[in-house]
Amino acid sequence: MWTRAPAIAVAAIAMLFAGGCATIPEDALVLSPESMQLRQMQTRRIDGISEKALLTAAAGVVQDLGFNIDESETKLGVIVASKDRSAFNAAQIAGAVAAALFGVYTPVDKTQKIRASIVTRPALNSDGAPIPDSQLIRITIQRIVWNTENQVTRIEAIEEPLIYQEFFERLSKSIFLEVQQI
Amino acid sequence: MRRNGRVLMALLCLGVVGGCAPSTDAVLETGKSAVALRSFQQRAFDTADVEKTLRTVISTLQDLSFVIDKADLDLGTVSATKLSGYQVRMTVTVRPRGTTQVLVRANAQYMDKAIEDPKPYQDFFVALEKAMFLTAHQVD
Repeated sequence: MWTRAPAIAVAAIAMLFAGGCATIPEDALVLSPESMQLRQMQTRRIDGISEKALLTAAAGVVQDLGFNIDESETKLGVIVASKDRSAFNAAQIAGAVAAALFGVYTPVDKTQKIRASIVTRPALNSDGAPIPDSQLIRITIQRIVWNTENQVTRIEAIEEPLIYQEFFERLSKSIFLEVQQI
Repeated sequence: MRRNGRVLMALLCLGVVGGCAPSTDAVLETGKSAVALRSFQQRAFDTADVEKTLRTVISTLQDLSFVIDKADLDLGTVSATKLSGYQVRMTVTVRPRGTTQVLVRANAQYMDKAIEDPKPYQDFFVALEKAMFLTAHQVD
């Protein structure tokens, strides 16, 4: 047991230093070259609707998707929503089962918290004046995933184009219902 | 074997030294003076429109891949979180400064530490300047 003590000490000290040296990545608050592309993917212009009606329609969509509204500020066009869901994934479980056959325990992803913020703002014309009943809406989504050991395994922004397309398709339908007062 | 004993002792001491300061000290802890912090955490812009400034702050945060946590027009605050293999949480406040300017202040934490390095704040104000189409003025 004593022979292992130095190794443990080194590991413990290394952990202390790792904690102390953690600094923010250089580019964390720098506009990335992809930021324009992401903005386009996450934004739509919607005509013929007031900002408030658009927010109401958007709130309806996030409810359809099982999110709960955490915060909202209509005066700034903001809705914040989240949901907790299972993060079990078949491929990962298959891998863990295979590992278990050889007596190796592998934790797998178990739960995830998905958060989304939806922001509307009036669309502007070339003179910078708002265009009547024309809004821009942008949604950004992120998630944290925990495994069966309750350790965080993923902490990320969701950037799959299909997810955003699907959201906006649902939003168009919700707007239709909103405008028709159904 | 005696060396091993000493290493363990040293580790134990480290633990004890760390243990002397209660962790509740973190509540009122600051790394830098309030004046130093404000010098790089706040900027003035030549507009009196608080709402427009807040909306621009929100869209700048979205451009930087943040998800908004909270926004309040009356209080003039926006909080947001960025997850990208790490976590950055940021609060931005906007308030009138005289009759022709607004004062924008940002503070942020990276994982479990306050960001007290000027560089990330400079980067944020560079992004905000572009979105505002206005220059960020240093205020003392």
